[in-house]
Amino acid sequence: MMPKFPFLKNKDPKNTSKVFIPSRRDFLKIGSLATGGLLLGVNFQCSGPRGETITFAPNVYLSIGSDNQVTIVAHRSEMGTGIRTSLPMIVADELGADWSKVKIVQAEGDEEKYGDQNTDGSYSVRMFYEPMRRAGATARHMLLAAAAQKWGVEIADCRTENGEVVHSGGKKIKFGDLVEAAKDLDMPDAESVALKEFAAYKLIGRDVPIYDNLDFATGKAVFGADVDLPDMLVAVVKRSPVIGAKVLKYNEQKALAVPGVNRVVKIEGAGIPPGLDKALEGVAVIADNTWAAIKGRDALEIEWDLGPNEAYDSEQQLKEMLASTSVNGQVRRERGNFNAARQQGGQVIERTYLVPFYAHATMEPPAAIAHVHGDGTCEIWAPTQHPQWARQAVAQALGIDYQDVKMNVTLLGGGFGRKSKPDFVVEAALLSRAAKLPVRVQWTRDDDLHHDFYHAQSAQRIRAVLDKNGNLNGWNHHTVFPAIGATANADELHPSDGELGLGCIDFPYEVPHIRIETHESKAHTRIGWLRSVSNIHHSFAINCMLDEVAEAKGQDPVDFLLGMLSEDKDLTFDGELKGDFGNYGEPLEAFPWNTRRLRGVIQKVAQESNWKAAVSSGKKVGFAVHKSFLTYVACVVEVANGDNDQLLIPEVHYAVDCGIGVNTDRIRSQFEGGAQFATSLVLNSAITLKNGKVQQNNFDGYQVIRMPQSPKKIHVHLVESMEKPTGVGEPPVPPYIPALCNAIYKLTGERIYRLPYKA
Amino acid sequence: MEKYTLIINGKKESLEAQPEMPLLWVLRDILNLKGTKYGCGQGLCGSCTVLLDDVAIRSCAYPISEIGDQKITTIEGLSPEGNHPVQKAWVTHVVPQCGYCQTGQIMNAAALLKRNSNPSEEEIESAMAGNICRCGTYNRIKEAIITASKSY
Ligand code: FES
Ligand code: FES
Repeated sequence: MMPKFPFLKNKDPKNTSKVFIPSRRDFLKIGSLATGGLLLGVNFQCSGPRGETITFAPNVYLSIGSDNQVTIVAHRSEMGTGIRTSLPMIVADELGADWSKVKIVQAEGDEEKYGDQNTDGSYSVRMFYEPMRRAGATARHMLLAAAAQKWGVEIADCRTENGEVVHSGGKKIKFGDLVEAAKDLDMPDAESVALKEFAAYKLIGRDVPIYDNLDFATGKAVFGADVDLPDMLVAVVKRSPVIGAKVLKYNEQKALAVPGVNRVVKIEGAGIPPGLDKALEGVAVIADNTWAAIKGRDALEIEWDLGPNEAYDSEQQLKEMLASTSVNGQVRRERGNFNAARQQGGQVIERTYLVPFYAHATMEPPAAIAHVHGDGTCEIWAPTQHPQWARQAVAQALGIDYQDVKMNVTLLGGGFGRKSKPDFVVEAALLSRAAKLPVRVQWTRDDDLHHDFYHAQSAQRIRAVLDKNGNLNGWNHHTVFPAIGATANADELHPSDGELGLGCIDFPYEVPHIRIETHESKAHTRIGWLRSVSNIHHSFAINCMLDEVAEAKGQDPVDFLLGMLSEDKDLTFDGELKGDFGNYGEPLEAFPWNTRRLRGVIQKVAQESNWKAAVSSGKKVGFAVHKSFLTYVACVVEVANGDNDQLLIPEVHYAVDCGIGVNTDRIRSQFEGGAQFATSLVLNSAITLKNGKVQQNNFDGYQVIRMPQSPKKIHVHLVESMEKPTGVGEPPVPPYIPALCNAIYKLTGERIYRLPYKA
Repeated sequence: MEKYTLIINGKKESLEAQPEMPLLWVLRDILNLKGTKYGCGQGLCGSCTVLLDDVAIRSCAYPISEIGDQKITTIEGLSPEGNHPVQKAWVTHVVPQCGYCQTGQIMNAAALLKRNSNPSEEEIESAMAGNICRCGTYNRIKEAIITASKSY
């Protein structure tokens, strides 16, 4: 069931959505919805990984109670993007509900009911914009028909507004008074049901406050670790300090002597490869409360067989990776003949770029609650981005049926890709089974930093050839980093097509000779995906190099890139790629790689940031542009020297083309936060390993941006567009990194070739 | 185990705990006040911020034995309905993203405004430097504090 890269899974829902009235049985299964009203499910077809058609049962439920309560199920995980608000508000807008009274309930993890609930890859709005509108429109048509029948008027003379059907003559009736009649009407065909004109929307395209706003401000929001069950115990685990390490023996006496400690349980972990969905080897201390469990864990005495990664040194590996890029690698894209271009003479600029391992460091460290019942079935409460994967991993670890695992999804205190992996959920299930009671497994911050699925460290080398006229004639990009796939399959030594498709292989500029190559590297720790994944290092290297090329040509970098783009067209990379281009799981016909839109964001950011004036007045500004997750983003960052030579970031401008903007406030907030997140990657954070062990223990060693250093003003300029909406969770990160580096260069006169940058 | 009586959100709470148990876990695990969050356990992130006699403290690094009769205010006691000026400003500016750090941010901001009702931007930045927001809501936090300061 799990594709190798869930974040690249083909997610094209097609427009074959079908809205239907669920059976009584389905109805009962979702007990949280009001009974006695009108209940609609949306059913639509998805293409599977090989293009086959998969039919999912209802992906969304919408209920309208006879008490007028409109309830919408949120089936995606909320980790800070606002998706729990953005999708339901699309339904509500089409329906004409009174948004202030709509109730949103979180779906449990159930593939049969909701289809793919994996919340990553910035695709929730992209995938569900259309089906959500159809769900709302279908319900609206049924209510309109019921009202028209009741009043003996034409449907065309009726409309919905604020939870009522309104007749042009002035008559009004509440939704709740229509549901009984509406239930007996024929369902309109969801595919042909008329959707509202865009201009008629009252929520879509506007700033809509998030549903959980007040709950967050009052502390009432329930995250993973906040779930409380009667008799629940708390577990804290000492995990293998080195990937592949095995427990030889352990002494639990001192741990058991800590007041409140209840028992000690060994977890049999995956060895090498560690896998993406398995628990790590470890010893768990189970106690009455978190503090006792932490003390007990600290008192454990464990003898480890550290295994083959005992001597692993990440700095050493990075040096070797860098060295490997100086020779020929595996060619992944070829246009023209780079070597010939190089031999023709002119200027060759050759630069290397190093990016470290990064940890996600979600503010909420992983935590999950499991209750394995006496009959072997299991109920889970977890802050998971991928409830189905967690459910499947738990079923497998317990050796029980998938159907016997109930997966409740809580709010996530940050995700960034970390909480796609179900390892911590599996731990909770194993420990609850051992304790025969509900157990919360609580990761401490050092657990989180020591046992993450890291963003892979990388080495890159780019050679740019400028011909005798100073034109960029050749581009040779070498990239090497341990693949995500290597975490589950040790034989994967090269970055996958999927990872190269993240901002490397789709180099969009008109350079006559292009050669993109990869090299081998092994994973000695768990590699995963972090907010924008390989786009992080690819955008850094490519955009820093392009800035340097522009400088060598004596050209303004914005003018230079505009000149490097072809006339308006859709890029296909036909005949040049040695593998597949994933296009984030979408067919190129549906979501083309369009140079006009890239040019559009470059021009917009230059205009809105007053780029030319800023440059000529001596402001230290850097620029970069990068398309990722089908969203086009250009960025200008300004830096300055503060007191005591502290680096300040007074202003950031983003120009964004993400098609139709659904909740414009949450688009802006993703860019504001994305700039802050990317600032950490440039200035603060790095994970290093020595003797196989991660060296950073907490926020003193693994630093992240804090308010005094953070960018002061972040302006987000949206391109007005009626193109299909695309995601915004990840796209803010990639262009910001090189834009900041290019700005720092203007301030210090030194180019940045290695992250994090230390002043 | 020792017996303690704490004054939390204006109410007396009697409980038993190990003397070195940090207030954070007393609040979360014993008193079931889950609004105060764990983020680092070492006073480095501010997620666990509560007020002790109007002063912001990191409850993860504050043993229960040292509290005595100082009054504790948690997010649940700041104003359960969200009527505190800081909470109102937070809602107005839609500050939270994932929301996890926000109760700590709000408590820290409330303590700041209590001692300095009209802070400059630099004063806000240095007062809030101990509170990490991994989602990066710093710009809106600052705006919300400025808005809230107008009702002091
Ligand atoms: S949890 Fe107390 S400061 Fe981080
Ligand atoms: S809102 Fe997510 S950590 Fe602050």
